Amino acid sequence: MLNIKGLKVKLEEEDKTILKGVDLEVPAGMVHAIMGPNGSGKSTLSYVLSGRSGYEVTGGTATLDGVDLLDMAPEERAAAGLFLAFQYPVEIPGVGNMTFLRTAVNAQRKMRGEDDLSATDFLKTIRAKAKALKIDAEMLKRPVNVGFSGGEKKRNEILQMAMLEPKMCILDETDSGLDVDAMKLVSEGVNALRDEGRSFLVITHYQRLLDHIKPDVVHILARGRIVKSGGPELALEVENNGYSDILAEVA
Amino acid sequence: MAVSALKPNPAMDALSARLSGQVMPKSGAWAKSARADALARLSATGLPARRDEYWLFTRPDTLNQPIPKPAAPFDHSDEDPIFSKVDRVRLIFTDGVFDQAASDDPALAGVEISRLADGGQVDVHWAADLYGVLETRGQKPVARPLATLNTTFASDGVLIRVTGKAAKPVCITYRHADPNSDVLLHHVIRLEPGADLTLVENGAAAARLNTVMEVEVADGAAFHHVRAQGRNHERRAATHIFARLGRESIFKSFTLTVNGALTRNECVIEVNGDDAVAHIAGAALGDGAAGEFHHDDTVFITHDALNCESRQVFKKVLRNGATGVFQGKILVRPGAQKTDGYQKSQALLLDGDSQFLAKPELEIYADDVACSHGSTSGAIDETALFYLRSRGVPEEQAQDLMVIAFLAEALDEIEDEAIGADIHSRLESWLQRRRD
Ligand SMILES: Nc1ncnc2c1ncn2[C@@H]1O[C@H](COP(=O)(O)OP(=O)(O)O)[C@@H](O)[C@H]1O
Ligand SMILES: [Mg+2]
Repeated sequence: MLNIKGLKVKLEEEDKTILKGVDLEVPAGMVHAIMGPNGSGKSTLSYVLSGRSGYEVTGGTATLDGVDLLDMAPEERAAAGLFLAFQYPVEIPGVGNMTFLRTAVNAQRKMRGEDDLSATDFLKTIRAKAKALKIDAEMLKRPVNVGFSGGEKKRNEILQMAMLEPKMCILDETDSGLDVDAMKLVSEGVNALRDEGRSFLVITHYQRLLDHIKPDVVHILARGRIVKSGGPELALEVENNGYSDILAEVA
Repeated sequence: MAVSALKPNPAMDALSARLSGQVMPKSGAWAKSARADALARLSATGLPARRDEYWLFTRPDTLNQPIPKPAAPFDHSDEDPIFSKVDRVRLIFTDGVFDQAASDDPALAGVEISRLADGGQVDVHWAADLYGVLETRGQKPVARPLATLNTTFASDGVLIRVTGKAAKPVCITYRHADPNSDVLLHHVIRLEPGADLTLVENGAAAARLNTVMEVEVADGAAFHHVRAQGRNHERRAATHIFARLGRESIFKSFTLTVNGALTRNECVIEVNGDDAVAHIAGAALGDGAAGEFHHDDTVFITHDALNCESRQVFKKVLRNGATGVFQGKILVRPGAQKTDGYQKSQALLLDGDSQFLAKPELEIYADDVACSHGSTSGAIDETALFYLRSRGVPEEQAQDLMVIAFLAEALDEIEDEAIGADIHSRLESWLQRRRD
């Protein structure tokens, strides 16, 4: 599914290298987690994969089902099946949440050569999915993320993911700012999407989320590299001892 | 030397050159005296000059010059005329000349419609009491010579007196056929107590257009105005609205401007009755690549009564060397307590070539008021744009969504849903055309 080889990234505006050769492979149907200290480059990795400007790839490759991601515009990556649940979802005053989602769903369908989803089908689908995430109709009518609480924003990200049905989902600290109940809702939303043909890359600081969304593999990203990979027990080790032991071990 | 005693006076030379090209229209007694009075006032002020405080951002030259720059009529046959799906009473002027055959029968219950050009013959005392009167009041503290020029020479216009609730909007459509037309039209509107009218205006009008609209909104009356200044790139227009508001009256005006070499829209409102509401809004889109674009909103609202609300929302989307100007003032007179004044002017600059020049002003002589004003200009929010694109919305479509979102607060001022939807679709078509 997702295949990253020797990915090196620097900031476009500054002479600062952030990713120094990341190797990562997430096969179809798998859940991989990435943990790592603050500032280690986790969000940068997610942004570079989804095509945000401001970063320069100086080496390596990233492909989704064999297709070069780095060459595509952000919207093309989305249509190819990539989705990023943002660490900080963006507020867009004046653009209704519903309008936004319908535009996005139909734009992706168009790029894939499919017909528009009819207004009634769209409404039916979104109502059902919103209900499962306890997002009320009022929230759907409001401008995108404007006036949403932290938890509402994260649930809205998952709703978008559920509507767009991507095959590769990257979740960047979706658990941050969530209380226990919201975390359960979000995890259930994610788990409902688990499928043989769909993979997840879950970026988190805490073992907590991984109790709900069970990873197959856990990677530690530090100083711009994947320094260690292992099973779910690696997350527990981080939870108990922090990163210092691991960093000392690989230094 | 005797000759040197006559100091050269370029301002007066410009005025006499301009006047030499104007013809005094035939009119009845009341209009005749109003015109004579206006001519005297114009002779005292002269034409607008670059150094005038209210003409620092907009060059008046092409509005002053005796003969307008020729402008080919714009072919907009690729879309239905705006408002064509709205049930309305149409009054059509072609190059400023009333086109009776193309217009609807102006019969509308509760609404009396006549023409300025006929004003000598019919009994229009109410119009005689307003023609040039609100315009004169609007000359202080800021002179508006182009409006005075209009009162002096306007060839025609509509006189509308509203005594009830009009069942449908009256629509003035300006058609442009002659590349050299120089048009001055003057409308006078009076809404009697409790009356209600929606007036819409659209069309290219002329190579050069000068309109004045004087509106008296009596106690408890409501006036809604929606105007679409559209699409012709070579438009040069100076428009003025002068309104006076009675107790518990409502005045709402929205203007859509797309394209146009030079458009100056002035709006002067006297809020004179307690509990009155005045909303003025505008959305302007200009692309310098398609032709010169300079758009100027100049607004002056005077509060002179208790517990009134005024709201100004002006939004401009500018690119490729387009220029937007906003000059807006709220004056709160002594005693106009509980005034709620709001003013917002914003420009979205789609590139680094465009500019927005703003002069927001507040002058307040009452202590118990809430007035706010804010003026900003900036580029599209890149983070928001990326967010939309990351969900699969193509860049241009995402940008258009952001543009419409930016304009939303101004568009929200349009009350009639069908008219609002029409304006909305024109904006989308305008954006769409820039993409192809
Ligand atoms: N656009 C940017 N401008 C400046 N510094 C940046 C930018 N993006 C990331 N960085 C820097 O790169 C490093 C990695 O950041 P980030 O990817 O957000 O880390 P993480 O998500 O692991 O906490 C940090 O030092 C951060 O300050
Ligand atoms: Mg991060």
